This record gives sequence, C-alpha cells and structure tokens, in this order.
Amino acid sequence: MSDFEKKFLEFKNRLNGTQDSKEIEAMRTDIFSKNGFINSQFKKLGSLSEDEKKTFASNINKAKQELLEIFRSKATEVLDKNLNEKIKKEKIDVTLPEKEFKIGKIHPVSQVIDEISCIFSEIGFSVEEGPDVENDYNNFTALNTPEDHPAKDMHDTFYLDENMKTLLRTHTSPVQVRTMLKGKPPFKIIAPGRTYRSDSDQTHTPMFHQLEGLHIDKNINMGHLKGCLNYFIKEFFEVDKIKMRFRPSHFPFTEPSAEVDIGYRIENNKIIIGEGDKWLEILGCGMVHPNVLKNCRVDPKIYQGFAFGIGIDRLAMLKYGINDLRSFFECDYRWLNYYGFDPLDVPTNYRGLSK
Amino acid sequence: MKFTKDWLDVHLKTNKSESQIIQKLNSIGLEVEKVEPVKNELSDFIVAKIIKVNKHPNADRLKLCDVDIGKKDTLKVVCGAPNARDGLLTIYAPPGSVIPKNAMKLEVSKIRGETSYGMLCSESELKLSNESEGIIDLNDKYKTKIGKSFFGEKKGKNVIELSITPNRPDCLGVRGIARDLSASNFGKLKEPKKSKVKKNIKHNLMIKIEKNKNQACSIFGSCIIKNIKNTESPGWLKNRILALGLRPISAVVDITNYVMFDLNRPLHAYDLDKIKNKITVRNSKKGESFKALDNKNYTLDKDMCVIADDEGVLGLGGIIGGERSGTEIHTKNILLESAYFDPTLIRKTAKKLDLNSDAKFRFERGVDPQSVTAGLDSSVELILEICGGEVSKFDLQQTKKFKDLEIKFDPKMVTKTVGTSINTNEIKKILSNLGFTIKTKGKFLNVKVPSWRPDIFDEIDLVEEVIRIVGFEKIKSIEPDKKRSKPTLNFFQKHFHLAQRSVASKGYLETITWSFTDEKINNKFKEKLESVKIVNPISSDLNVLRNSLYPNLIFYLEKNLNRGFGDQALFEIGPIFKGKKPGQQITVVCGIKKQFIDEDNDLKKNDLVDVFHIKKDLVQSLTELEITKEDFRIEGNTPSYYHPGISGSIVSKDGNLVLGYFGALHPKIISNTFGFEIFLENLVEYKAKNKKTKESLTFSDYQKSDRDFAFLVNKDTRAQDLTEVIQNLDKNLIKEIKIFDVYEGQNIPSDKKSIALKVTIQSDHKTLNENDLTNISKKIVSTVEEKTGAKLRS
Repeated sequence: MSDFEKKFLEFKNRLNGTQDSKEIEAMRTDIFSKNGFINSQFKKLGSLSEDEKKTFASNINKAKQELLEIFRSKATEVLDKNLNEKIKKEKIDVTLPEKEFKIGKIHPVSQVIDEISCIFSEIGFSVEEGPDVENDYNNFTALNTPEDHPAKDMHDTFYLDENMKTLLRTHTSPVQVRTMLKGKPPFKIIAPGRTYRSDSDQTHTPMFHQLEGLHIDKNINMGHLKGCLNYFIKEFFEVDKIKMRFRPSHFPFTEPSAEVDIGYRIENNKIIIGEGDKWLEILGCGMVHPNVLKNCRVDPKIYQGFAFGIGIDRLAMLKYGINDLRSFFECDYRWLNYYGFDPLDVPTNYRGLSK
Repeated sequence: MKFTKDWLDVHLKTNKSESQIIQKLNSIGLEVEKVEPVKNELSDFIVAKIIKVNKHPNADRLKLCDVDIGKKDTLKVVCGAPNARDGLLTIYAPPGSVIPKNAMKLEVSKIRGETSYGMLCSESELKLSNESEGIIDLNDKYKTKIGKSFFGEKKGKNVIELSITPNRPDCLGVRGIARDLSASNFGKLKEPKKSKVKKNIKHNLMIKIEKNKNQACSIFGSCIIKNIKNTESPGWLKNRILALGLRPISAVVDITNYVMFDLNRPLHAYDLDKIKNKITVRNSKKGESFKALDNKNYTLDKDMCVIADDEGVLGLGGIIGGERSGTEIHTKNILLESAYFDPTLIRKTAKKLDLNSDAKFRFERGVDPQSVTAGLDSSVELILEICGGEVSKFDLQQTKKFKDLEIKFDPKMVTKTVGTSINTNEIKKILSNLGFTIKTKGKFLNVKVPSWRPDIFDEIDLVEEVIRIVGFEKIKSIEPDKKRSKPTLNFFQKHFHLAQRSVASKGYLETITWSFTDEKINNKFKEKLESVKIVNPISSDLNVLRNSLYPNLIFYLEKNLNRGFGDQALFEIGPIFKGKKPGQQITVVCGIKKQFIDEDNDLKKNDLVDVFHIKKDLVQSLTELEITKEDFRIEGNTPSYYHPGISGSIVSKDGNLVLGYFGALHPKIISNTFGFEIFLENLVEYKAKNKKTKESLTFSDYQKSDRDFAFLVNKDTRAQDLTEVIQNLDKNLIKEIKIFDVYEGQNIPSDKKSIALKVTIQSDHKTLNENDLTNISKKIVSTVEEKTGAKLRS
C-alpha cells in the first residue's frame, strides 16, 4: 500500500468516524486547502513518468471525488443532527393564547340597509338621502298633511323651535319632496335614514330607521307597486314564496293608500316568514297623491307613481330574530358582538345577501 | 270605534257571519284591531280561591287573604267574613268594578293599614239573595273556573273594535260601517226610521249664534223636552253602552252617547231649568272659566267657542259640557243640542286645553253637517220612549250653507291608477252604494259627494273608494324591470359605505346611538358650535342634538365597563349637528378605544394601546379610503376634548381641510381612552378635488441605497418637520424615510433630543454612484439644518 493510499484510507476512516463539526472543518483544511493532502499529492506529479503520471493523477482525482462525497454527506448528517438537537430543545406550549385580535362588527341596521340597497339596485333604484332636521313644510305640508289635522297626531313630533316650524323628521318621506324638487321625472329612488318620534315604550324608540321608496314615471300604477314590493320582500327574506296582503289604509301623501301584511307562523318560538295563517304588518304604501306631485312641481296629469315606507329596524328584527327594538340602540357589548355582522360580509348580488 | 254584530243589524240586513264581516272590514280599509267578548255589568266578578287566610295585624275581626284569581301572582284582599278559610272558592270583585247592591265603585284601598286589592263578595252585595252573612261559598264545580267571570260572558257575542283612520269620520258611527259593508255586497243598508213623534210644545228658549271672527259653530239645532222621568237605561241600551267600554249613567246621557256612536252625531243634553234666560254661542273672553263634566276647572283663552247663558259659560262647544247645566237623575226638563262645529277650530281649542272627548274626536275629524235634525229625531224618539215627556219643535240656527261637492270624474282614471281594468258600471254601482249621486255626462261622471264624507275632494279620492271596495287583491302584480339607468350609490355614499366597513375591520363594533344627547355632556364637546335644543325632549337627559359623536359613545362605553367589559373598541358613523336649520349637519365616523389594564397579565404587557394604535387605525382606514400620507400632514390644534399633548389633527396638504382628529381623550373627560374622528364630507370634498388616476406602473430596478442620519433638534421639533423637509428635497430620488430612534438623555443637552432616520435613495434612471450619494446626503443635512435648526450628530 502506497503512502498515498494509507493516508487516503486514514482520512476516510477518520471522516466516517466523526460526528464533530469542528473536526470535520479541520479535516477539510487538512485535505483540500492549498497545502492540504490533495494538493500536495498533485505536486508530486512532476517527478513522475508520463505513464505513472496518468495513473497517479487519476488515483488522486478518484480519491478527491470520494472524499468530497463523504464530506458532503457528512456535513448534511452533522447539520441535521445539530438541528434535531436544537429542535428537541425548542418546545413551546402552543395552547397558550394567540396574539390578541378584535373582530369588529357592522350593526344589523347597517347590514340590513346594505341588503335593501342591494335588492333595489337590481331593479334600478338609486339611493337618496335627506337631512334629519326638516322644516314643517317638507315633513308635513308638502306631503298633503294640512295644518291642524288629526293625521298629524299619528306623528309625535320633536320640535326644535317654539313655532313648530323646524323639527326632526318623523318619516323619510320628506326625501321624496327634496328629490322631486331638485330633479326632473322619472324618479326611482330609495331613501334609508334615521327618523324620530317622541315615543318610548316596549315597541317604540324615539329614534328609529325608515326606508322610503319612490317610483314616478308616466305609467307607473298599483300593479307595479305590488310587483315591486313582492319582489323586495321575497328577496329580503330569501324565500321562494311570500304570502302578502294589501289592506286599504290612509296616509295623507298617498291615494289610494295601503298597508301591507305578510303571512307568518310561529315554529319553536321562531317566526317563519312567508307561510302560515297569521298576518304581520310591515309597511305602508300607495300611489303618490296628486297634491304631493303638484307641491313638488311634477305634473300629475303626465306623471304618476308609487311610494312606500318601511321600518328598517323591524325588518332586521324579523329577519335576524331580534326581540327587542330598544336593544338596537343600547350598545350592549354582548349584543353588538352577537347580532353584528362581519365587515367582510358585504351583501352582494352575485354572492347573495347573507352568508 | 267599537260595535257589536247585533248593533250593526240595526242598520244592515245581512246574512253574513261575524267572522266574514271581520274579514271584509279589514279588506275595505276598516282595520279590525280587536275582537273581544262583550262585557256586561257583571262580567267583572271573577271566580277566585282563597289560598291562605292570614291574621290582619291591626284588627282582630279582619283577615288578610291570599287570593288566586287565575293570574300568575296571588292578590292580597282584606276580608271580614267569618267564613273565609283556606281553599274557599268564592267571588272576587276587582278595583274599578261597581258593586250592584250599593253602586259603589271599588278602589284599591288601605283597610286598617293593610292594602286590599279588591273585595270578596257576599250574595247580597251581588244582589243574588239577601244573604249578607259571610262571603259566597261556591261548590267544587267552580274549581276549574278560577279567573273566569262568575256570571259568564254571553256566548258568541263580541265587541268588534276598529281602528278608524282619521279620514273616515263617517265610520265613527255604526251606520257608516253598515254603509261600507253594504257597498261591498255584504247586505242591504236599512232605511232610517221616520220619526212619528208629535212636536207639540213651544221651544221658548232664545238661542243665538254670535257673529264672531272665527266662530266655530255654524249650525245649532235644538229642542226642549219637558216632564221627563230620567231613569236607569233599559237592558238593551245598557248593554250597548257597556259594549262601547262606557259605564251607563242615566237614560238621557246614555241615549246621547248611543246616538253619537250610532250615527257619528254628537249631542248634548242640558238641564233646562239650570239655564239662565237664553243660550248664546260665542267666542270666549280671556280668563273666563267653567267646571266641565270631567270635574275639572278650565280657564279659557280668547276666542274659544263656548255655549253660554246669561250667567256665563255652560260648556265648550263640541268638546265638553259643563257641570252647572248637567242633567241628573231627577232632571225634569231638558234642552237637547245637535250642532256643527268647525274641525280646525275645535282641534285648536282642545289642543290648547289638552282636552279629549268622544265629541271632540268626532268634530275635529268632521261630523255630517246635514245630520243635525236626524240626530235630534233619533234621540227624541228614544227619550220619549224611555223617559216620557213632551217635545218641542226643533229650533235651527244656521249661519252657513253647506253645499255638497261635485266632482267631474273620468272613470278611466281607476284603470290608469290601479293598472287593472275596472268597468264603468261597477264603478257607478260602488259609488252610489257608498252614497254618492252620479250623473253620466258623456265620458265623464258627475259625482256628488255625500255630506258625511269630508275626506273626498278630488278624482283620486273616488279612485280610492272604488278600488278599496273592489279589493286590492284584484290588482294584478307587475314584475319589476331589472334595468339600471343610474348608479345605485353616489360618490359620497360609496365612501360612507367603505369607511363604515373599513373601521369595523380594525376591530371596532358599530353602534347606533341617539342623534340627541344630554346637554351637560354635550357641552364638553360642542366647542364653538351652538347647542340645538329640542323643545319637547323625550327626557331631560336627551335634550339637545349632538354636536359630536363622543358624548353618546363614551356614555355607552362606560355602561359596558360597568357590565364588566374592559377591552372595548366602539364606533359610530352618523350625523352631528352644527345648527338647527335643515342641512346643518355633517357625517362623522368616530371610533373610541379603551384597554383594560390588567396588571397581572404579563402576556399582554407588550401590547398596550397607546396613541399610535389609534393613529394606525385611523391612517390605515384613510389609506383604504385612498387618502395616503402624501395627502395630509399632522397638525396640533385639536379640540379641547382631546389631551392637548397627545393628539393630532389630520389636515389635507392642499386646501387645509380637516379630515380628522385622533388622540387620547382629555383625562378630565375619561381616563386612558383613545379616539378618532373622520369628517366624511371634507374627505369626499378633498378626494373629488384631487382625483387620482392610476397611471401604469413603473418601478426602478436600479440600486437602492440607505443612508442613516441622526439629528440633534429642539425638544418641541416634530419628526414630521424633518421628514417633510427631506421628502420635499427630491421626490424622485427620496423613496422612503423611516424614523428608527428618538432619544433624550445622557450625552444630549436637556433641551434637545436626537432623531435618527434612515433615508432610502434610488434613481429611476441610473445606478447612483458614491459621488451622487454623497451629494444628496450633504444636501439633506444642510437643508434640514437650515430649515429646522437641527444639527447633525457627529
């Protein structure tokens, strides 16, 4: 056995035997550095004959390759071993709490307004708004509710001045007036918003939300009104069928006027909308009174159409099983968390209204 | 409005059942509110069981009984009967009931210091026998009837209660309801009975309607009835009065009430002998007063319509009679009034005096002016029948003619309005059954409105009459078009929607609070705004419109704290008010955050909420609304409800619009709480003026270099002052500035601090060489030093 072979075998055995990364590193220098084992062998080539040169060079290269191979696998082996040891020591109790996060919520009234807007958007209504503080004219007079008429008693109005000329709007209907006065027919709008009546008990709060609807064009009749509301209620409650009845009623600003009931039944203490033999009043509507059109500079001989008003809070209560109207405005942390909606849960036409 | 089926039968010949009628009434716009068994005088008396007899603490002979009346809780009733014992079944009379024996009305009362809720009855008290020894002892049969009326409610007889809309005064009388039903093919309206009463005696009381400005009375019809024998009403009449929910008083009073509910024709009976000389219908003088039949004294304003005699005010016309001339059971001679009063003037007077009565309710809605004589006829007939006597001729004072309105009606209007074809013959039939007189004039109908329908003015009113009788169910529904010609939301509304969800997504719970608040709390937030007071607030702590969203948010935050919820983030998006004119309101998004400091929780120690958390929430939301750091700067000048040293305002760089505030709330208002406000109108105005178009994206792949600087600055110098100066040096080259240290203390003069920042420099066109970088660094240092007084730390 030549010196070279001896040395080679020695290195090989040592390498195979070690697990120490420092020793491996030292050996790397011994073998591969400028003056290391391999290079010193190559230096010997000069003193050899052509034939010997060839054989010896090939032997050196073989040895080099073999040692490199061992190095590579050794390095991985040792690295793995060290990492495994480190991992073994790194144990964390992952049942400890995650970093805190807070999920915000959208109020059910806001969610329902978005749902409603989504439904009416599909059939061409756009959203209008008006101020919460109104004058007596827009809230009553323009809407064909005369001064000193018992119809005014149906609204317990909050006034902002002693002359009772400025007030908090008692319904969203003044938005009809504003919309018609600032534009030209046709009009096809919904107007959600805050409304106020001086009333506070189990089922009334001094502030609540209404949705006004108005569709005025040349040939809009009560058949359109029926179709529109039927479509809306079906879409809103996400049911295929809805039982609905129109009852004649009286509002000064519509003629003929109707109240709309929907059918329901109670099952396991829950309201099931759309079927059953009980009736629930959910909105008021009618054909816009010609006097209102005249007051809004729309010619009733050419234009006609319908309007409706819906209690948004009540719709939210029905759809989401909320029992107490007052709880909407009490800001109870538990209530907001429970009944609120994920802000990412935006009602859309293509995805659907609710999750 | 209440009535019974048998009362309806007086006016309507029909073979329809009560339940069919109820359904029909709903479908023609006379909403049925309630259907209840008829009450009679005795239905108050309830079968009850004594659960336990206790000793009365203050009286040996009295007992304190726990009584089961079929409700959830037992009642305490004091009883003196020797036979009261545990388990006894007997009869209980509740407070408000009238004991038949002595006509005494029961009230909750204290008997020797113990409160008694009603009474246990003896047979004699209920006029069942003369047995007055002890209370009634019922046999076991009644065990199942506890809580039920002892005398039973008449089977199958119901009171139907309608909620009549204010436009239909005619249906405040049973006859009006009958007419509507007959028009709906529910029977035939009976002709009113012709009066056969002989009017023999003379009407010798002078009656005059004074000519006053705004005289409310335009017709005053009356008659005198002499030598009557006023008495208790007969059973049928009593039952009708009871069905109305009224208590029978005497025949004369009951009859006038009966006719009012029968024909919607209020009447008033005076004791003729108590009237001094003559009747004058006139406007009141300021300060005149009288005692009304409700036992209250009223002091009148100027110009209220009064019925007066020579001594003074007898009553308020159309509203309430006076005590002085009221009829009594021994009244011999009466004056019966049937008049017409103006709705608006009645309403004004009643409102001023805060007075309500069945008569006022009818006159303010409109009573048929042509029913004056019919009302007198109907009541005279009944009075003579029940009380006897002789009646005078009717005296009719009238200052105004009432003419029935005529409407030129195009019957095509019905089809045009409802969308479903209704033929003219049907229209004519319905209208004439409702009492309209119709003459056909070519294509049009000349429609004469009956005097009892003050709600009909115009063609559209006739359309409504027709369609409500035809039935809304006959209208064919038309599917809506799925066409959109205008965007659903406008620019502002889109931002409202986005802001709402953006803030919620930062972990805030959306609340909706009242638009009004407590003035005392509001004052801390109103700054220079005016207080907008509500004249008639629902309660004194909700008496102003809010000038800020904070008062209510803080109120509810604190409520939740008291409920035991420490960590909270709430927000609201809604109006605040800057004045009391319509439109003087703006939309604010306001968030509020409070952390519950738990000293024991080491895990959370590195996670405390500070001003930079709230600032992060705000800036992130603004960024989501596409307002980036290039659009605004942070200024001081926050409102006084913020901590003056820990708050800032977000101001647009051009235009100086205040987009928002953030900071710690003032510790005097609430401790350790942070909040922000976004002013949505300002934000949207800014965005509309500074529309950004998204240009095609280019980015530089040339070498980026960072240079660090540490500047020594005065303590009140703000980091923003440095970054702005650097940024403005060369917006193309200076890509980013990051502040990585702020230091005060050792090695730094006490009035100075050190701000260290890293500037990223990159060209879009070439790789910058060392020379370029040195130049720009030098420029940064010199400019900062020059403009801010800073010194580079060596």
